[in-house]
Amino acid sequence: MAVLHRLFRHDAPTISFTLDGALCEGRAGDTVLTAILMQMDSLRTSEFTGEARAGFCQMGACQDCWVTLESGERLRACSTPLAEGMRILTGVWR
Amino acid sequence: MRAAPLIVGAGPAGIRAAMTLVAAGLRPVVVDEAPACGGQIYRQPLIPDGRTPAGRYGSEAAKAMRLHTEFAELRDRIDYRPGTLVWNLALGVAHLTRDGKSDSIAHDGLILATGAMDRVLPVPGWTLPGVFSLGGAQIALKAQGAAIGRRVVFLGSGPLLYLVAWQYLKAGVNVVAVLDTAPFTAKLRLAAGLLLDPRTLLLGLRYAAELRLAGVPIRFGVEKPEINGDGRVDSIGWAEAGRVGHLACDAVAFGLGLKPEAQLAELAGCAFVFSERDRVYVPLRDRAGRSSVSGVYVAGDGAGIMGADAAEAAGERAALALIEDRGLAFDAGRARQLESALKRLSRFRDVMAAAFPFPHDWRIADDTTLCRCEEITAGEARAAIAQFGIREINRLKAVSRIGMGRCQGRLCSGAAAELLAQETGQGIDAAGRLRGQAPVKPVPLSLMDRISEVAE
Ligand SMILES: Cc1cc2nc3c(=O)[nH]c(=O)nc-3n(C[C@H](O)[C@H](O)[C@H](O)COP(=O)(O)OP(=O)(O)OC[C@H]3O[C@@H](n4cnc5c(N)ncnc54)[C@H](O)[C@@H]3O)c2cc1C
Ligand code: FES
Repeated sequence: MAVLHRLFRHDAPTISFTLDGALCEGRAGDTVLTAILMQMDSLRTSEFTGEARAGFCQMGACQDCWVTLESGERLRACSTPLAEGMRILTGVWR
Repeated sequence: MRAAPLIVGAGPAGIRAAMTLVAAGLRPVVVDEAPACGGQIYRQPLIPDGRTPAGRYGSEAAKAMRLHTEFAELRDRIDYRPGTLVWNLALGVAHLTRDGKSDSIAHDGLILATGAMDRVLPVPGWTLPGVFSLGGAQIALKAQGAAIGRRVVFLGSGPLLYLVAWQYLKAGVNVVAVLDTAPFTAKLRLAAGLLLDPRTLLLGLRYAAELRLAGVPIRFGVEKPEINGDGRVDSIGWAEAGRVGHLACDAVAFGLGLKPEAQLAELAGCAFVFSERDRVYVPLRDRAGRSSVSGVYVAGDGAGIMGADAAEAAGERAALALIEDRGLAFDAGRARQLESALKRLSRFRDVMAAAFPFPHDWRIADDTTLCRCEEITAGEARAAIAQFGIREINRLKAVSRIGMGRCQGRLCSGAAAELLAQETGQGIDAAGRLRGQAPVKPVPLSLMDRISEVAE
């Protein structure tokens, strides 16, 4: 399942990344948020109640879209361009 | 030699301010969080996606192209820092971060053109995946070329409600309904705006008409919306003139107008006043955009919601004020012209605020999440207000953690103030405003040492 669906950039070069270990493909020009929500129903689970979240404002204001890389680095998904080889985790962010 | 002026924001207000300063022989630093200029309305995609400017910006394409081009032409005459956040302002120094690295710049003269974000109130189910702010839904389409769902409901109040619904319709997405929280009679007030800004008004009417022609149901006076779903939006319910409505959908775009992004003005020490029209505290400014702090100017939606055309005028006007205050030659006639344009646009904003009113009597159910970051419900907030006799929003924050999360209250402070006003029977202005704190947005952990240093 996916939240977003693509209307443009169908032919942009592909970018490979992993989501919770699984190999995925995004497109050049995608933000991390777009790339994840083209594949999944959510971006992360919330800290306290564990409910699914998929961002809200897409403009870097609400901070509801932070994800983690396997390296431990944290990213705000809506304002970070997708990059080749990113290894993204969507679990709880603390 | 005096240091260069600093402009924060490269939207319509910041771009015009930069052009004006350059024309006066100054070389401003322009810092903008976005990777490319344009701000929210004229936001650019990360890479070209085959759309023409008209395909992306619609009726505003010519303005978008003009601003993008004119800003690009400034390249060698300004110090432009895209993708860079100003996370603190203190004693004439701005603290920046870009790609995890920090920097600071001393400046002489500061123009804050930080823009706005969606204003929302909590709705049951608003944290579900598939619910985005109206602006967020537009960014997905405009900048990412993506739709937030296949069957989308547009909910709320404000001109963006109809604009974004229409943009989705044109993009071929199934617009399930437009649910307007204002009564239809409010729209009759638009007649008063016909002489003030006929173009904007007629465009809005066209969007509504084309939505209707395409068979999109438009409901007015929508109350008690409730978004349903299990881990994902699957439907929306509401009440309307004693009846209830219900529609299946897989996404909801929701917004109730805009609110200024004013944290930096607060850190700069600017005085604030309550704006009845925006229902929020905004930086105090004179007609030219001078704040209460000498050398600090505010322009565009960050100083009070006025729209993109007004942002251009206000950016230019604030820059003229900076030039004048610096003892340089400035065009007084042009300044007066801009002020009268701004006066007219402000009257138009009055009309828009009346035609797209904020739902003052919105009742937030106890079990609805008020603060998305700290996951605090309206019921918990009410209990804290009652138990501790809280009347002011910073006290509510200290006791309940509302507004203490990562978004620094950007999303929930309006709702918290409304709730405080309702519970205590005072006006929303009496609830006060959340004190801004550095960093204004989360910064990399590696910068945290810097932050405590700056705070000392
Ligand atoms: C998501 C969204 C979509 C909108 N779409 C439309 C539309 O289609 N049509 C319309 O008429 N109006 C629209 N509006 C309203 C519109 O934003 C404004 O009228 C107009 O953009 C205001 O111009 P501005 O220059 O004041 O601010 P903006 O255009 O918002 O520009 C402000 C800039 O400042 C930057 N900034 C803010 N804080 C910092 C900081 N601390 N450090 C660094 N940079 C910072 C931001 O990243 C942004 O680039 C929209 C508003 C939003 C929030
Ligand atoms: S979705 Fe709001 S900050 Fe990313």
